[in-house]
Amino acid sequence: MSTLPWLHPDRVALLEKGLRERIMILDGGMGTMLQGHQLDESGYRGDRFSAGHDSHHEHDHPGECDLKGNNDLLLLSQPEIIRGVHEAYLRAGADFIETNTFNATRVSQADYHLEHLVPELNREGARIAREACDAMTALTPDRPRFVIGVLGPTSRTASISPDVNDPGFRNVSFEELAANYTEAARALIEGGADTIMVETIFDTLNAKAALFALDQLFFVLGGRVPVMISGTITDRSGRTLSGQTAEAFYYSVSHIRPLSVGLNCALGAADLRPHVQTLANVADSFVSTHPNAGLPNAFGEYDETPEQMADVIAGFARDGLLNIVGGCCGTTPAHIEAIANAVQPYAPRAWSKDTASAA
Amino acid sequence: MNTIRYTRLSGLEPLILTPDLNFINVGERTNVTGSAQFRKLIKEGRYEEAVDVARQQVESGAQIIDVNMDEGLIDSEAAMTRYVNLISSEPDIARVPIMVDSSKWSVIEAGLRCMQGKGIVNSISMKEGEALFLEYARKVRQYGAAVVVMAFDEAGQADTCERKVEICSRAYELLTGELDFPPEDIIFDPNIFAVATGIEEHNNYAVDFIEATRELKKRFPASHISGGVSNVSFSFRGNNPVREAIHSVFLYHAIGAGMDMGIVNAGALAIYDDLPEELRERVEDVVLNRRPDGTERLLEIADKYRGGKETVVVETQAWREKPVRERLSHALVHGIDQYVVEDTEEARQLSSRPLDVIEGPLMTGMNHVGDLFGAGKMFLPQVVKSARVMKKAVAHLIPFIEEEKLRTGDAGKNNGKIVLATVKGDVHDIGKNIVGVVLRCNNFEVIDLGVMVPTQKILDIARAENADIIGLSGLITPSLEEMSQVAREMQRQDFHVPLMIGGATTSRAHTALRIEPHYKAPTVWVKDASRAVGVAQSLVSKDLVEDFIAKVRADYAEVRERHRNRGPGKSLVPLSKARAQRWTCDWAAYEPPTPKAPGITVFADYDLAELRRYIDWLPFFNAWELAGKFPAILTDEVVGVQATELYNDAQRMLDKLIAEKWLTAKGVIGFWPAAHHGDDIEVYAEPGTGTGTGKRKPIATLRHLRQQVDKPVERPDFCLADFVAPKDSGVQDWVGGFAVTAGIGIDEHVARFEAEHDDYSSIMLKALADRLAEAFAERLHERVRKEFWGYEPEESLDNDSLIAEKYRGIRPAPGYPACPEHTEKGTLFELLDAPANTTIELTEGYAMYPTAAVSGWYFSHPESQYFVVGRLTREQVDDYAKRKGWDRTEAERWLAPYLDYDPD
Repeated sequence: MSTLPWLHPDRVALLEKGLRERIMILDGGMGTMLQGHQLDESGYRGDRFSAGHDSHHEHDHPGECDLKGNNDLLLLSQPEIIRGVHEAYLRAGADFIETNTFNATRVSQADYHLEHLVPELNREGARIAREACDAMTALTPDRPRFVIGVLGPTSRTASISPDVNDPGFRNVSFEELAANYTEAARALIEGGADTIMVETIFDTLNAKAALFALDQLFFVLGGRVPVMISGTITDRSGRTLSGQTAEAFYYSVSHIRPLSVGLNCALGAADLRPHVQTLANVADSFVSTHPNAGLPNAFGEYDETPEQMADVIAGFARDGLLNIVGGCCGTTPAHIEAIANAVQPYAPRAWSKDTASAA
Repeated sequence: MNTIRYTRLSGLEPLILTPDLNFINVGERTNVTGSAQFRKLIKEGRYEEAVDVARQQVESGAQIIDVNMDEGLIDSEAAMTRYVNLISSEPDIARVPIMVDSSKWSVIEAGLRCMQGKGIVNSISMKEGEALFLEYARKVRQYGAAVVVMAFDEAGQADTCERKVEICSRAYELLTGELDFPPEDIIFDPNIFAVATGIEEHNNYAVDFIEATRELKKRFPASHISGGVSNVSFSFRGNNPVREAIHSVFLYHAIGAGMDMGIVNAGALAIYDDLPEELRERVEDVVLNRRPDGTERLLEIADKYRGGKETVVVETQAWREKPVRERLSHALVHGIDQYVVEDTEEARQLSSRPLDVIEGPLMTGMNHVGDLFGAGKMFLPQVVKSARVMKKAVAHLIPFIEEEKLRTGDAGKNNGKIVLATVKGDVHDIGKNIVGVVLRCNNFEVIDLGVMVPTQKILDIARAENADIIGLSGLITPSLEEMSQVAREMQRQDFHVPLMIGGATTSRAHTALRIEPHYKAPTVWVKDASRAVGVAQSLVSKDLVEDFIAKVRADYAEVRERHRNRGPGKSLVPLSKARAQRWTCDWAAYEPPTPKAPGITVFADYDLAELRRYIDWLPFFNAWELAGKFPAILTDEVVGVQATELYNDAQRMLDKLIAEKWLTAKGVIGFWPAAHHGDDIEVYAEPGTGTGTGKRKPIATLRHLRQQVDKPVERPDFCLADFVAPKDSGVQDWVGGFAVTAGIGIDEHVARFEAEHDDYSSIMLKALADRLAEAFAERLHERVRKEFWGYEPEESLDNDSLIAEKYRGIRPAPGYPACPEHTEKGTLFELLDAPANTTIELTEGYAMYPTAAVSGWYFSHPESQYFVVGRLTREQVDDYAKRKGWDRTEAERWLAPYLDYDPD
C-alpha cells in the first residue's frame, strides 16, 4: 500500500521541503467569497444549465431543478468567479489552494440530479486551481503553490442512524461511499491535484471509506499522492459528530500514513486549540488547522476579524503546534493575509518520523 | 534507529497498549460460539438485549470487546453488520475498540465496514497459503485495523513451540516485508489448547504456548501475544473453581513470558496468590507439565473444589501472619470482620494520630476495593461486606478521634458530603442504602435522611451541612413527580449543588424530561449503585465536572429532542375508540365462580417456613445488582461465585429469622360481588344481579384506566374492569382483593444491625423480608385459586410455574402497569380494613409501610391477563378526574408518569 511510489515525486519533494522550512498557508473560505457575487438562480445556471438541467446531457426527469446553492457547479457555469477567488487567496499569501469540490460527489449532487457531472466537476476543479497556482508560481518560482483536491464529507453519515427509532439503520453504506470517493478522487488526480484532502470529517467512518477508496485507487494507478486529513470537532464537547475524541479520530485514520492531519470548521481558532494541541502531541505527520472565523452569530454570520483570528493563531504557532494553517467558514483573503503575517516569525512544528510516539 | 512503537487503537476514545497496562482483557461474552445466552439472543433477533451484553462487558472492565457471529443458523454477515451498527450507537459501549471475530473473511469485512474506530481483526492465517493471507492483510490495513495472526499454515494448526514460532515468524516477515504492515499492529495467537485431557501428547500444550510466547516476544518486541484462555481448561468443564484456578496459573506464567492480551472472562479470574496451596501446586504441575501423573493428581482433588468458592476460601490463616497494614487490607478486600477491631487497635497504637489509621491503611484498602469494583473484579455484595469491615474499624477509632479533635481541633478530609433521602410519600430504601454504603466506601461523607423526607427538610439539612451533592431516591411512581417538585424548589430557593436522581422507577428519560429542565445546576440520573461513585466523583471534581456535565446535558437535550420528535404511529386513539375496542366475551355463556369464602379472611400470623418455599429469587439477586436467572446464576461464569455466596448467606439468615421469629407475616383477603360499568367496577355488599333495577348501591367503586393504543381490531385495548361481568349482563360476578406483609418486627433487627455497623445484614434482611412478602402474595393467590375462591381446586404447579404465572386469574397491584394509579390502594385498604387486619399503613404517597408488603386485586376470569395501560390522553385524564371527583391538576399529578402530553 504505502510502499507504492509517488505519482509526482518531484512535487512531493518540493512540498515536504517547504513544510520542513516554514508554516505553510492554506486558503480560506469559498462560501463567503461567493456570497459577495450575489448570484441568483440564473447566475448559478450560466448558459449550459439555463434550462434548469444540463444541456449537454440527457434529461431524465420532468421539470427544472433549482441550482442556486450548488457552489461546485460554478466550476462549469462561472469558472472565472472560482478562479478569481483562488487568485485572491494566492495574492493573500496562500501556498495551498483547495479545489471547489466539497460537494462534488454522487451522494451530494443527487440533490440536483447532476450525478453525471461528478467526474467533470472534479477534473475542472483541479484544473482551474492548477492554472491559478501555476500562474502565481511563475511570478515567484522559488515559492511553489500546491493544489489540494478536496473530498468533502457528503451529506450522509455511515455510522449514525438517521432514524431515531432504529439505531442500527444506516442510509449510506461503506461501499457506496467508497465508490463515490473513488470516482471523485480519480478525476481530481487527473485534473492535476498535488494532494488529496479528506476534510470536514464529522463521521470518521465516512473518512475511512474515503481512505479505503484512495488506497485502492493508488493501487490501480500504480502510484500515490500525499493524503491530507482534516476532522471536525462539532462542538465544545470536544468530539466529532460521530462521538470520537480528537485522539481516537487520529488513530482511526493514521493507517493511510497521511502527510498531514488536522482540524477544521465548526469552531473558531480559540475553541479548537486544545484539540489541535492533542493532535500535535500524538501525530506522526504534519499538523494542520483551518478554523472558522469564530462561531456564527444569531444571523449565521462570522464576525471574527482578520486581526482577532490571526492573534489567536499566532499563539498556536508560537507554541509549536502548526505546520499548515488557513481558514474555513467566514474567512476571507484579509484573514489569510493576517494569518500568514502572524505566523511568519515562527518555526513549524518539529516532528520526525523516527521519534514520534516511540517508546 | 530502532524504537518500539505502541499499538494505538480506538473506539470513541483511544486505547494505547503501553507496557504498564500489562494485560489487555478482551471481553468474550459477545460471542455466539462461546456464550449460549448470547447465541440465543442473536438467533431470536433480541438485539437490544444482546447490546446489553456488550455494555455489561465494558462495565465489568473489558478493554476491547470481541464480537463473533459464526453460527450455522445465523446470517453471520447481516448479524455482524447489525450488531456493530447498534453498539456503535451506544457511547458507553462504543468508547472501546471492537475485535471482529470470524473464521469467514466476508463476516470480518462486514464488521470492518461499520467501525469508525481502529479495531482488531481476529483472525487471519496462512492456512490457505501466503497469497490469500497477504490479500486479507492488505485489506485489514486498508480498513485501518490491527490484526490477530493465528499460528496456522498450509500444514495445519501449530501445536509445538517450534511450529508456533516458525509460523508466526514467517507471517511477521511477510507482513512487514511485503506490506509494510506496522509490527505494533500484529498480534500473534499461538493457539491455546486443552491440557489434562488424558492424552499424553496434550500434556505439554500449555508449556508449548508459554515457551512460544517467550520466544516470539523476544523476536518481535513491538508485537503482541493473545489467545482464548478458557480453551486450556476445557477438560474440566463443569468444575468452574478448578477451571478458574487453571486459568489463573496459566495466565500467571504466560503473562510472565510476554502474553499481553487475552480473550477472558475478566470477572471470574481467581487471584494466583489466593489459590489454596494444594490446588495451586497440582494445577501448576499440570500447566507446566512437571510430572507424568499430574493429571491424575489434579483429578484426585478436583472434586473437593467443585462446590464453589467456599471450599477455596476455607484456606489457611496465613494472612494473619502478615504485618498489620496488610492484614487490614486483606480483611477489607475479603470482607472479613472477625479480627478487624484488634487489627485496627494495633494499627492505632503504631500511629501518631488515630486519624492516620483511616487515612492510611483503611483508605488504602478501601481504594483497592473501589478499584477492583470499578474494574469488575468485585461485585456489590462483596463491596457491602467490605464496607461492614470498614465501618467496624472506624467505629472503633471514633472515640479516639473525638478525643484527638478536642485536643487539636483537627478533623479529617473526605471526598465530599452527600445528603441522601427517599422522597416524601415513599418508604423504599434498599437501593438508597446500597448507594450510601458504596459512596462511604469511596470516602464520601454520607448524611442519610432516611425515608419519607419532606422537601424542605432535605434542603435545610443540605444547606446547614454545606452538602456538595443532594441525592434523591424513590421506588413508587408518585415519587417521580415528587422529585420533580424537589428540583423546582431547589431552583426557587437558589440552590447550586448538583442533584443525583436514582431508584427503580426513575429513568434517564424521566430525568431529562421532567427533572433536569427545572433545575439549573447539574442534575444527573444514576442508573444503579455501581455508577453512583463515578458520578459523585465527577460532580465534586473541579477537573472533571465541566466535561462530565456538558456530556450529561448534551445527552439529556438529545433525549428531549428525541422525545419531541417521537415519530407518528405511536399516537393514541380517542377514548371512545379504545372503549369500543374493549375485551369482552360471551357473558351469557359464562358462569363466574362463586367464592367458597366470601367476605374477609384474616391471616394473623402466617408460617414463614411455608412461605420460604415460594420465594422468587431473581429479584433478590437484582437488588444486589447481580444479573442472571435463578438457579443458573449460581454457576454463572462471571457472578456465580458471588451469587452462591450471597445465596448461602441469605439461606443462613432465613434459617435464623424463621427459627428466632424475627418477622411476623400478616395478611387479609376478601371477595365481593361486583359488576363492571364503563371503566369502573362496582362492588356490592350482597350478591344479586340487580338487572334493570339500577338501585343497588355499591359499597365501593374501583376506578380503572384503559389502554389507548392504536391496535388492529382483533386486539383489544384492555382495562381491568372488562374482566368482570357487565352490570347489565345479568351475570353474578365477583372481584377479590388482598394485602399482605412479612415485615412486622423488622425495625428492631435492622436497628440492631445498624448499631453493629453491619449494613450487609441490614440490607440482606430488608431484601429477604421483601421476598417473603412477595412469596406470601404468591402462596395466598395459590390458595385463593384452590380453596378460598376455589375455582381451580385441582391446580398443581411447581414454584417455577407459579413464577411464570401459568395459572388462571391475575392479582394486579395498584400502582403497577395494569392499574397504575396509586390512590386506588386506599379503596382496597378500606374494603379489606387492611390497617386493622394487617397493621399495614399507607403513606401520603400511597406507599405501604412496612415496606415488605404487597396488595392487589384478584380477577378470576380465565382470559384475564396482565397488560400495561401505558400512556393516556388528556381526554382520559379528564374522564378519570371526573370519576374520581378530582380536578384535572390533581389527576395529572397522580398520573404524571403516564401523560401523553405536557400538562399546562
